Amino acid sequence: MSSATEIAAAIRAGQQTAVETLEKSYSSIAARDEEINSFLHLTKSRAQAQAAVIDAKVAAGEDPGPLAGVPVAIKDNMCTRGEPTTCSSKILEGWRPPYDATVIGRLEAAGAVIVGKTNLDEFAMGSSTENSAFGPTRNPHDTTRVPGGSSGGSAAAVAAEFVPLSLGSDTGGSIRQPAALCGVVGVKPTYGAVSRYGLIAFASSLDQIGPFAANVTDAALCLDVISGHDAQDATSIPEALAPTLPSLNDGVAGMRIAVIEELVGEGIDDDVCARTNEAADALAAAGATVERVSIPATIYGLAAYYLIAPAEASSNLARFDGVRYGQRVDGENVAAMNVATRSAGFGDEVKRRIMLGTYALSSGYYDAYYGKAQRVRTLIANEFAAAYENFDLLLSPTSPSTAFEIGAKSDPMALYMCDVCTIPSNLAGHPAISVPFGFGDDGLPVGVQVLAPMLDEAKMFRAAKVLEGAAPIPKAGA
Amino acid sequence: MSDPLDGWEIVIGLEVHVELATKTKLFCGCANMFGDEPNTNICPTCLGLPGSLPVPNAQAIDFAMKLGRALNCTVSPSIFARKNYFYPDMPKDFQTTQYEEPTNENGYVLLPDGMSIGVERAHIEEDTGKSTHLGEGGRIHDATATLVDYNRAGVPLVEIVSRPEMHSADVARAYVAELREILLATGVSDARMEEGSMRVDANVSVRPAGSDELRTRCEVKNINSLRSLGRAINYEARRHVDLWTNGEEPKQETRHWDEDGGRSTSGRSKEDADDYRYFACPDLPPLHPTQADIDAIDAAMPALPAGRRTALAAAAGVDVCDTTLTVERGLDDLVIAAIEAGADPVEAMKHADQNLSDGQGQLSVESFVALLAMDADGQLSSTQVKTVLGELVATGGAPADVAATMGFEAMNTSELENLLDGIIAESPDEWTRFVEGDRKVQGFFVGKIMKATQGNADGKVVNQLMTQKASGEHL
Repeated sequence: MSSATEIAAAIRAGQQTAVETLEKSYSSIAARDEEINSFLHLTKSRAQAQAAVIDAKVAAGEDPGPLAGVPVAIKDNMCTRGEPTTCSSKILEGWRPPYDATVIGRLEAAGAVIVGKTNLDEFAMGSSTENSAFGPTRNPHDTTRVPGGSSGGSAAAVAAEFVPLSLGSDTGGSIRQPAALCGVVGVKPTYGAVSRYGLIAFASSLDQIGPFAANVTDAALCLDVISGHDAQDATSIPEALAPTLPSLNDGVAGMRIAVIEELVGEGIDDDVCARTNEAADALAAAGATVERVSIPATIYGLAAYYLIAPAEASSNLARFDGVRYGQRVDGENVAAMNVATRSAGFGDEVKRRIMLGTYALSSGYYDAYYGKAQRVRTLIANEFAAAYENFDLLLSPTSPSTAFEIGAKSDPMALYMCDVCTIPSNLAGHPAISVPFGFGDDGLPVGVQVLAPMLDEAKMFRAAKVLEGAAPIPKAGA
Repeated sequence: MSDPLDGWEIVIGLEVHVELATKTKLFCGCANMFGDEPNTNICPTCLGLPGSLPVPNAQAIDFAMKLGRALNCTVSPSIFARKNYFYPDMPKDFQTTQYEEPTNENGYVLLPDGMSIGVERAHIEEDTGKSTHLGEGGRIHDATATLVDYNRAGVPLVEIVSRPEMHSADVARAYVAELREILLATGVSDARMEEGSMRVDANVSVRPAGSDELRTRCEVKNINSLRSLGRAINYEARRHVDLWTNGEEPKQETRHWDEDGGRSTSGRSKEDADDYRYFACPDLPPLHPTQADIDAIDAAMPALPAGRRTALAAAAGVDVCDTTLTVERGLDDLVIAAIEAGADPVEAMKHADQNLSDGQGQLSVESFVALLAMDADGQLSSTQVKTVLGELVATGGAPADVAATMGFEAMNTSELENLLDGIIAESPDEWTRFVEGDRKVQGFFVGKIMKATQGNADGKVVNQLMTQKASGEHL
């Protein structure tokens, strides 16, 4: 499939229609998604109507926008009016939101066509998309392997070339890690740069929506469309994010970039470390000064994250009580109904995190767990801020390993370790991007991560673009 | 019969929930409206639908700070917190409130008798929906079904928490009455207890008189009027005294006031109470009011009841505690202006308290002053003054015109004298007794004259005439 940039250009120029583009997308999904399981639901009639509107606009001489006719897949934790939105959970099976998430409106206003909703780890809790009530998604590069997670469906849909663009959400790495494992580009923007309105919350202070794309330019194009202040999200930053597209090809000459020392050693596979060092060399070759920096608090990120995120989740997920929407399992009174509904509706990992979070917030334990985790969070943010006094950007692997076998990591702790490189950006609220950079010893894609200070996405994209040019983009199309 | 509370002191702290009279709800644009068709003022946010987010309502924050300043609180930067517990009428299964850093802290309420009651905090929170439990008991435990109206969910509340500094039901009632006056004066709430826009929970305990310990308290809920408040406190205090006296002790719990039964019944026990797992709400940035914001609120603050009472007491030369009624009725400005325009303070206060129970209406200061003068001059009888005053309140105008229209031409003194002479001639024995100092027969003559004039004579003038005549005969 062509890139989003090419598709939009062709449709705007009248060389191709949105309707035929959509048909192509759906036929590729029909051909291979039974195997991949990236989509939970296709929003066909809505997509066809939107495609027809785009074509009519072109015919009328109007510009449908920068994403004219581009098929986009949406992680199924973002609300789509009248269309199923499940978070891959039985507890929301059958629920159709009465409203669209802000990002959906922005995409459609830019001409994009929403083709369907993608699979995820239930409520975005996981790193493999195995924790879905509707079955695991498979990695298009090797279908015995996981695509990463939690936005595994959105990553796989781009890697399998079903769509050129998709949206994911990233709470501790849920966009970047699957992007790395599926050999695509994934962006976690600055916290507050993209509206969370309509994103079903996992951990509100960490969640951020961002794009997946097959290349850096498409990711920049999509981010520029979905970012911007939203009055419906009180955590939305007031200033608009500087557009990333105009400076995309400005290179990294003169930039000071550092590899995070703690993330290229113990606990990270050798082949992944090697690709990361090669990426550093590529940036140096393009004119950047590349050094190493130690950010010691990085290693505490995982522990802090697995207290803060479950704590917020325990509160955010309380509303799934069977009273107003979704699944209900009756009981002899309201409390019994609540318990029966939640026991039947949530999967094990969700229950595990609700219990963890409930415990971390409990009176008598709050200071030792949640309170201390918040202090670690501040420490990490401060150490990153200090590093950014000396460096424009930081570099690290995205994931400690390439894609692993489905079922290989049955121990929750082993899975939690997948997020060690990505979590610090969420805790600090900073942006980061994962770019494919070569392959591991197993021939599977490796991703490297470029990290930037708050609101410095434009600079981050310039480095990503340089890396993209220095390594082949992996192909997993059928 | 000795008072069972003899030897004991009641300790009362009140938690008063006030619905703010904002146009829209605390975190969404839905109308804040009492009494609409159930579940019509709702949206994804106040229903807590997945993916929805709260955005603070600037008017609600402003009203809350205004109330805080009216309660003499310090207004500080504050944080919204989540109070987590499950309840069907609470859409998100947590309530957004303020916990560790509330907007308003450390204030006080000055009661008419000069007593000051400490206000620990006055924090902002969202209301829940309203449950109606079908079935005999009307409570969730024995309900056959529960209906939930989410129109109220997300309505802005301020919870005013007093210090446990009240020691009688009367003081508690005075405190709530004063709060109500402050709410009405600031306009931040309509403060209607019967509609639930002002809800009072009473924390009650008792201790031996003279002790300063704090014993186990019970929180009494479902108090819907000032009368209920007094009854509930006294009932609860007596219950505690009985328990302590019998060697038992009260259980810390929430109790439900049953107004018809005149008793409180046990609700949730606090021993197995929920752990609310408070934490800062990650969806809502902290509030940072600037000193300029606070100064602007202070500058725009209307005169508050305590200040108005002091001003009226000074102008009228009365005790502050005698000004409560006048201020409650909003007649203090009228009385002060009348006094400044030369009216007699005692008469002005008397008429305001006795004859203006429905307020000032169309009555102007000038007319009030003029009417008081006509009264003092004896141009109108006291019945006529009342009637004219009623007419001035209803339709306005000048008292002389109103009196003329109503046919209240003052009966002049010589006409009255003739009338009196006639009555004296008919009743010489009674007159002799009067002249000899028996004042009890005075009413006999006044009554006769009133009957003859159909009440249009001024009793005071009649009294004067009789006294003059009697002293003349004496000489």
